[in-house]
Amino acid sequence: MARMKFLCDSDRCIECNACVTACKNENEVPWGINRRRVVTINDGKPGERSISMACMHCTDAPCAAVCPVDCFFTTADGVVLHSKDLCIGCGYCFYACPFGAPQYPRLGNFGTRGKMDKCTYCAGGPEADNTPAEYAKYGANRLAEGKLPICAEMCSTKALLAGDGDIIAQIYAERVTRRGYGSGAWGWRTAYKDMTTG
Amino acid sequence: MTRLITRLRGVLAAAMFGLGIALAAAPAAVTPAAAQAPASQPPAAPSAVNEQMLFNYLQGDVRGRVTIPDQRAALLIQPQGRDFQHFLRTTLKWIGGIAIGGMLAVLVLFYMIRGKVRIEAGLSGRTIERFNGLERFAHWLTASTFIILGITGLNISFGRDLLLPLMGPEAFTAWSQWGKIAHNFLSFPFTLGVLLMLVIWIKDNIPNGDDLKWFAAGGGLIGHGHPPARRFNGGQKVVFWSAVLGGGAIAVTGFIMMFPFQFVTTMEGMQLATQLHGIIALLMIALILAHVYIGSIGIEGAFAAMGSGKVDLNWAKEHHAVWVEEVMSGGRGASAPPGATKAGAD
Repeated sequence: MARMKFLCDSDRCIECNACVTACKNENEVPWGINRRRVVTINDGKPGERSISMACMHCTDAPCAAVCPVDCFFTTADGVVLHSKDLCIGCGYCFYACPFGAPQYPRLGNFGTRGKMDKCTYCAGGPEADNTPAEYAKYGANRLAEGKLPICAEMCSTKALLAGDGDIIAQIYAERVTRRGYGSGAWGWRTAYKDMTTG
Repeated sequence: MTRLITRLRGVLAAAMFGLGIALAAAPAAVTPAAAQAPASQPPAAPSAVNEQMLFNYLQGDVRGRVTIPDQRAALLIQPQGRDFQHFLRTTLKWIGGIAIGGMLAVLVLFYMIRGKVRIEAGLSGRTIERFNGLERFAHWLTASTFIILGITGLNISFGRDLLLPLMGPEAFTAWSQWGKIAHNFLSFPFTLGVLLMLVIWIKDNIPNGDDLKWFAAGGGLIGHGHPPARRFNGGQKVVFWSAVLGGGAIAVTGFIMMFPFQFVTTMEGMQLATQLHGIIALLMIALILAHVYIGSIGIEGAFAAMGSGKVDLNWAKEHHAVWVEEVMSGGRGASAPPGATKAGAD
């Protein structure tokens, strides 16, 4: 079985933000919520790198571990999904997530959060595949159609790779071998611990 | 076989990362000397090397620039989220389990050994007022909200393990959702109750030498002697200050959590507030369990103080001898000695 991961080759990312836009469009993500973002570190200085970051679909996912209502589940492909019917918007997953993936619509009084929203790896939610109910809550389910997440598919420089972890790590390793340098697989150590291969 | 070869190539490529580190991602924080000596870098570990280097240079706070309005998104990675995960899943549950479970065990054991602490002289039939209406209002306002806050809070920490398997996911979410709303809104009356108690009772709760003697004599719970006490004895002062300081800390951290990133703007700050809120609240629940025990089945006649507000004279003499003398000597018509409170005034 495939173990789906993201890998951002920061030596290729040109900060065009097409992944962010494609994600918002494909999944009709509400205003104020970003399932994916591009962060530029060392902006304007030597060693500037842009990294496209979303949910990394961690092994032993911190969000799932701290959720007081146990609304997360991991699919057979290693994709971490959650149920908006069960989420109570407590916000603990945002504090536990190493990648800032969980997002909340702001609702009602105080800082009350609505149901959490995050990257689904374009794999929808617990509802039946590609139903209107699933789309309304979670967005597209491209994985069920045999397609990869739209962010990686759209990437103009193929900096953002999505697919089985072993395969994309191998693609990245080949690139590093060929060009002689590489900035590493961002977030893999934190997300997958010892399971990093790239 | 081809898979093995590609694996080996992967390992080779990983070794190349060592060169890549200094060339590709020398961060701004790196010293010039280090930046000019890439060859002196240690050999690369096989994965995510630069990520690790950046953590070291930037003390784990890998922050950059984002073009979206949400500037919190500029924090690229915070590996300490894994520590937060471990704290909530393991550490906090142990703290809570030991504190609350241990306290319940101690109380049951104590009741079995000592039983109910009786009024040794029996009921006198005469009562004196111990707590007036305002005092009882402040107490019960705090107590009733604390019980609901405690139950809904415990639900967040332990409900997933204890209740979810019994209730099923949908029912448990519905209950937790209402619990969260109650927890948020009842924080305000709880805080008001704590502040009221602070204002009303602080003058009677200043620690003094008598408290040490009271503790040394076992506070009347251990043995049969009743050390003389003023209006509040040493144990009650401990409860008072725990309620005021602990309750205050719970309120402050709770409001930080209710208004995320408003009073505290960093991820570390929010995580710390959540952790402190959990620890202090669980310890408070354990302490208040003992308070409830002593005030109900633990000591005969004690509940009346907060029930009707009037306690039996013999109970008062045995538990608060100095206070009774002060009240009685300041009785009707007589002028009160300095520092004493009038009978019926409190």
